[in-house]
Order: sequence, then C-alpha cells, then structure tokens
Amino acid sequence: MERIPILKMGRFLLVTIQVDMHDQLAIALQDDLTERIVATAAKGVLIDISSLEVVDSFIGRMLGNIASMSRILDAQTVVVGMQPAVAITLVELGLSLPGVRTALNVEKGIDLLRAALELES
Amino acid sequence: MAEWMNQQSGAGSGRHNLSGAELKEQCDLFLGAFLGASRSARSTDISSPEWEPVREVVSDVAKSRTKQGFSAGETAIFIFSLKRPLFDVLPKVTGDPATQMRQMRSVNDLLDQFGLQAMEDFQKRREELILRQQEEMLELSTPVVKLWDGILALPVIGTLDSARTQMVMESLLQEIVRTGSTIAIIDITGVPTVDTLVAQHLLKTVAAARLMGADCIISGIRPQIAATIVHLGVELTTVITKATLADAFALALRKAGLSIAKVSTSKKAASDRELEE
Repeated sequence: MERIPILKMGRFLLVTIQVDMHDQLAIALQDDLTERIVATAAKGVLIDISSLEVVDSFIGRMLGNIASMSRILDAQTVVVGMQPAVAITLVELGLSLPGVRTALNVEKGIDLLRAALELES
Repeated sequence: MAEWMNQQSGAGSGRHNLSGAELKEQCDLFLGAFLGASRSARSTDISSPEWEPVREVVSDVAKSRTKQGFSAGETAIFIFSLKRPLFDVLPKVTGDPATQMRQMRSVNDLLDQFGLQAMEDFQKRREELILRQQEEMLELSTPVVKLWDGILALPVIGTLDSARTQMVMESLLQEIVRTGSTIAIIDITGVPTVDTLVAQHLLKTVAAARLMGADCIISGIRPQIAATIVHLGVELTTVITKATLADAFALALRKAGLSIAKVSTSKKAASDRELEE
C-alpha cells in the first residue's frame, strides 16, 4: 500500500502530500503521523498541500482532526500552500478549519512554528 | 428576372439608410438564395434542408445589422419589405387565380418565417453583446492592488452579489499566491449596501484567505453600514475591521514588522534636491 512520507526536520515534521488523497490514505496518514509525533517528540507539524488539487469534506475534516490530535500530543500543526480552488471549496463546504494554523508556503510555515515555540519557552 | 431584382433593390433601399451597394448585395444574396431554394423546395417549412442557404443569408444580414446598430424592427423590415414587390410580380407570372392564391400564400408564409428568424437572430446577437459587456464589467471592477511587499488591497466598488463575490474571491486568492502576500485588505468604501448575504460573502472570502495563510482586514465601513450590520445581527467579530483604509494599512504594516517614520528636515531638503536634478 502506498504511504505518504513523513520527514523529520529538526524539531518539526514535514508531510508533503503529492498524490490525490483517498480516504484510506488519509486514515493511514493520520495513524502514521500521530505515531511519529510521539516517537520523535516533534514540536510542530507542517502539512504541505500545495500539489493537492481536489479535496472533499472527508479530507477537510481529516486535516482538522490531525491538527487537534497533534495539539493533544504537544505539536502545533500548520497547513501550508493551499491552492485557491481548494480554499474556496473548503469554505463552500462549511469547513473553515478554525483550529488549524495556515501559511502560504513551507518557509513561512516554519517561521510561524518557530515564533510560536519561542513564545512558549 | 433581372428586372425583378432591380425592383427589389429599389423598394428595399427606399426604406433603409444603408449604403446602396451594400444593400443591393444583401438583397441579391437573399433573393438568389430564396429563388434557388424555392425551385427545389417541396415544403414551406424553413427548417428543412432546402432552405438552409436562405437561413444562412438571413442570419448573416441580421449579424451585420446588429453591428451597425439597426433596431430590431428595421432588421425585420428587410425581409418583410420583400412581400409587396413579390405580390406585384406574381400575377404577371401565372394567370390562373387559384394558382396565384396558392403561390401568394406560400410566399407569405415563407417570408413571415424568415422575418421572425431575422428578429430572433438579431435578439440573440444583442443578448450575446450584453452578456459580454457584463463579464467585462465584472473583471474591470475588481482589481487587486499591491500596496507594499506582502500587503494586498482589494477595493470593492458596487454591489456584491454571489457571482461577483466568486470572482473577487478567486482573483484575490490567485493574487495572494502569485505575490506571496500574507495580509489582504478588503476595502468596502464603494459598496452602497451591506445586507446579510453580502456580509456572508465577505466572511467566506476572509475564511478562504485565512485557509491559504493570509490575514484579512476589512476596512471602509461607513457609520450607517456599521449600524445596519449590528441591527441585522451579523457576527463580524472573527474578522479584523477598521474604519478607513489608512488605519488598515497602518495595522498591516505593523503586522509585517514595518513602520513609517517622518524624514528629518535636512534629509528632506536633500532628497528634494535629488528629485529636482
């Protein structure tokens, strides 16, 4: 079964979604990511969805779930690089992901996480 | 036959303020197609394939008339004015009254149908024109301007409806990606009324921009509009709102870690000299 790679970058984890998400893949990612957060004691998670062009309500909800789960495990989630069409779709679906932080690209996302960590410490 | 055509053009040009040569060409084309088709056609139903060339001529004429700014009536008269000369000529061709009657009736039917087709074509072109102008207006009225590195402004002018919001949202989001901006100011000074629907549209745009990682500030809310929003019970608490674009810009600069400072007098004099040179 195909899996989405989770890369460790210092204190953060980077997830780059480069294939069309289907439900099974999303659930697998959710499980993998929570395990990796615990294993690496990561303080932040970056989910890069810049090459994701199609979302449905399930994927939208999954993004929200991942953010909530990581927060419980003491890691902040930033969703980066959302396409305009995807953003419009999510808003029209009524999923404005209130608990999720967002950034334009990975670089800005890392800055955001660093600033949040400095604030904590 | 040539005499007939000349009579046609003569009768036609008296009613139109079109250049003689052009009108003659159109009349010739129509008559040629009409005569050709009427020889082979079995029925008076103009949707049958025998009448195809005539239909083409009629729609071409309607197209050129629309471009030249003719009214719908004038376009239809082009066809209907053909009736009288035809009726004058028909008795000369055949002597039998019964045949004459039948021919007159079929010619009448045919011309009526072509007249209607000309009207419909004319209307269709006009509607296309209106639609295109509407689209152009939509695009013209929603520019996204860059105020500073990383700060965009979207001055909205005119009423916000669903179609327009969609366009505004798309152009704003696209511009956010293109310029990599983190702050967008939506200025609604030019929006005459804000009702629940407009407010909802605005909130949607703000939510979509946030999802992409950009903060939105809404500015230019006039006192009456602020009152209306409160009376309507619309929740705008999740959005940063400022009274003027200047306030919003100041906040945006602060968020981006920038500040504007006044230049000292001596420096100003130096830069003025530089500008003059």
